[in-house]
Amino acid sequence: MMTAVPISWFLTLSAILFALGVAGFLFRRNIITVFMSIELMLNAVNLSFVTFSYQHKDVSGHLFTFFVMVVAAAEAAVGLAIILTVFKNRSTLNVDDVNSMKN
Amino acid sequence: MQLWLIPILPLAGFLINGLFGRKFSKGLVSAVAIGSVVLSFLWVLKTIAAMGDLNTPVVEHYFTWIQSGTINVGCDFLVDRLTIVMLLVVTGIGSLIHVYSIGYMAHEHGPNFGGYYRFFAYLNLFMFFMLVLVLGASYLLLFVGWEGVGLCSYLLIGFYFDKKFATNAGNKAFIVNRIKNFGSLDFDKVFHQAASAPEWVLTTIGLLLMVGACGKSAQIPLYVWLPDAMAGPTPVSALIHAATMVTAGVYMTARSWVIFTHAPGAMDVIAIIGVTTALFAATIGLVQNDIKKVFAYSTVSQLGYMFIGIGSGAFSTGIYHLMTHAFFKALLFLGAGSVIHALSGEQDMRNMGGLRKKIPITFWTMACAWVAIAGVPPFDGFYSKDAILAAAYQHSHAIYWVGVFTACLTAFYVSRAMFMTFFGSYRGQAHPHESPAVMWVPLAVLAVLSLAGGWLFPIPEFLKAMFPAFEEATNPLLTYISVFAGLAGIGLAYLVYMVKPGMADALAQTFRAPYQLFYNKYFVDELYDNTVVRPLVGGSRMVLWKGVDAGLIDGIVNGVGARCRDVGSVLRLLQSGSIRSYATWVLFGSVALILAMGLFGGLQR
Repeated sequence: MMTAVPISWFLTLSAILFALGVAGFLFRRNIITVFMSIELMLNAVNLSFVTFSYQHKDVSGHLFTFFVMVVAAAEAAVGLAIILTVFKNRSTLNVDDVNSMKN
Repeated sequence: MQLWLIPILPLAGFLINGLFGRKFSKGLVSAVAIGSVVLSFLWVLKTIAAMGDLNTPVVEHYFTWIQSGTINVGCDFLVDRLTIVMLLVVTGIGSLIHVYSIGYMAHEHGPNFGGYYRFFAYLNLFMFFMLVLVLGASYLLLFVGWEGVGLCSYLLIGFYFDKKFATNAGNKAFIVNRIKNFGSLDFDKVFHQAASAPEWVLTTIGLLLMVGACGKSAQIPLYVWLPDAMAGPTPVSALIHAATMVTAGVYMTARSWVIFTHAPGAMDVIAIIGVTTALFAATIGLVQNDIKKVFAYSTVSQLGYMFIGIGSGAFSTGIYHLMTHAFFKALLFLGAGSVIHALSGEQDMRNMGGLRKKIPITFWTMACAWVAIAGVPPFDGFYSKDAILAAAYQHSHAIYWVGVFTACLTAFYVSRAMFMTFFGSYRGQAHPHESPAVMWVPLAVLAVLSLAGGWLFPIPEFLKAMFPAFEEATNPLLTYISVFAGLAGIGLAYLVYMVKPGMADALAQTFRAPYQLFYNKYFVDELYDNTVVRPLVGGSRMVLWKGVDAGLIDGIVNGVGARCRDVGSVLRLLQSGSIRSYATWVLFGSVALILAMGLFGGLQR
C-alpha cells in the first residue's frame, strides 16, 4: 500500500482546489480564466471521487470521474469554440462586455 | 283506495294543458282543466263512500322517500275526517271556480299571463299542490304542498316580489327542529312522541309552526302580501287567496293540535294574534274603496277568526269557519269578479252604484254571501262565527268582546260594499251587462252553500272524534249578542250609506285622523318599508355589496393578486440575469448547508 498520506489531506487539497475554482469563477472577468476555473472545480470534485472510491474500495467513484472527464472534454471543445467565435466577433474576452443576452 | 288519483288528476291536467295547450282550442283547454278537477272531486266522493264510518284513518304508503339513520320518511297519503273536510272544500270549490274562470278569462289578454291555456295549467298545478298539502301524512309532504301552492300563487299573480319569505324561514326552522327532536316526520309518530316531550320544546315548535301559519294565512305581522296579491285575476283571488291556500296555515295548526294542546303558551299567542288581526284588518276594510281590497282585508280578518277558534282550543270551530268562509268568501270574490266583468274592469266602488237592477243575478247571489258573512241566522257565518265566539268566551272574555266588535265591523264593511255597489244611483261610465251562465251558475251553487252550508255540514259534530273534547257553551245570550252585533253593523251601514248618503263623507271629515289611519292601512306598508325593506335594501347595498362583496370578496381576490405582485417585485431583484450573481447565491447556499450540517451533526443516522 502506498499509505502514509492520510485521506484527509486529499480531501483538503480537493476543497482548496474547489475554493480556488469558485473564487476564480466569481471574481475573474476573462472568459478563458472563468473557463479554466470551472475545469479546476470539476477536477477538484474528481479528486474527491477518487479518494472516496479508494477509501470505500468501490469502483463507482472511478466511473464518475471518467464521466466527468468525458463531459469536461466535450465542454472544453464546445466552450473553446464559442470563446473563439466571441473573440472574433467582439474582439474582447471580458464577460461583462458580452452580456447582450440580458434584458 | 287509490288516494293518489286525487292529486294526480289535476297534475295530469296541468301537464296536458301546459305541454300541449298552446295548440288546443279554448274549449278543449277548459274541458281538460275542469274535467281533471271535477274527476278529482268525484274521486274524493267515491273515497269517502268507500271509507264507511270514517272513524279509521286510511293511510296509503307509496314509496320510501328519505331513509337516513333513524329518519324514515315515506310518501304516504292520509285521509281522516279533517282531511275529508279539506278535500271537499278544495276540490268542490276548486271545481266551481274553474268553471267560473271560463267566463271570466274569456276576454282576458293580460300581459301577466301569456295565455288562456297557461292560466288553466297553473290553476290545475295549484290544485295538485293543495291536494298534496292536505293529503300528505308527514310534515315533509305537507311542506312540499305548502311551497308548491306558494309557487303557483306567485305564478298566477305574476308578481315580482314575494313577501312570503318569512313563511319559508319559519317552516324550515320548524322542520329542522322536528327532525332533531323526534327523528320522524310522520304525523302519527310525532304526535305519539309529543306527549312525552318537554313543554318548552313543544312551545318552541308551536311558535315556529305559528310563524309559518301566520305567513301563509296572512296574520299579523305577515299579512301585507295578501291584499297586494289581489292584483291577480279574480278567480285566482277567490280560489287561492280566499278559499284554499290561505287556509293552509289554519289546516296545519289544526292538524298539529296534539302539539298545541301540550303547549298552552303557543295557543295563547295564536288566539291573541288571531283577534288582533281580525280587528286590525276589519278596520282597514271599513274605508277601502277598491271592491277587491275590501274583500281582501275581510279575508285577513276572517282568517283571524279561525285563529281565534284554534287558539281557544276549539280546533273544529276553526275548521268550521274555514269551510263556511270558503263558501261565502269565494262567492263574494266571484261576485266581485262578476261586477268587475260587468263594468269592464272597474274596481272602484265610488264609480259603481245601482247595479242591483242591471246585474240582478250577481246581486242576489252576492246578497246570500252578504247575510252569511254578516252572521245573520241561520246562514253560514252565523253558525261558525257563533261557535268560535262561544269558544273564545270560555277562553278569555276580552277576546270574546273584541271578536263581537269585529263581527259588527265585518257586517258593516260588507254592507257598505253592497250598498255602494248595488244601491243608489249608478255613478260610472261603463255599460253594465249580466255575466254569462258559465259565471253565474257557480255563483248560484255557492250561494246555496253560503245559505245552507253551515246547517248542512255541522263540522264540529263531524270532527268531534278527532279533536280533544271541548265544552260547548250553551249560553243563548252569547248567540243573541253576536247576532245583534251583526245586525247592528248592517243597520249602521244602512243608516250611513242609504238613509243619509252624505253622512259617510261627513263622518270621514269629523274623524279625520282615524279615517286617514284606516285608509292608509295604519301606514303598515310604509312602516315595513322604512323598518324592514329599506334597511334591508340599504344594508344589502352598504354592507353586503360595498362591504362584503366589493370589500371582502373582491378584496381577497384582488389582494391575492396584488400581494403576488409585491412579492414578485422583491423576488425579481434576485433574478438579475447575471450568471455570476447566481453562482454567488449557489455558493452562499452551499456554505449555509455545510455549516448547518457541521453544526447539527451531518448526515449521521
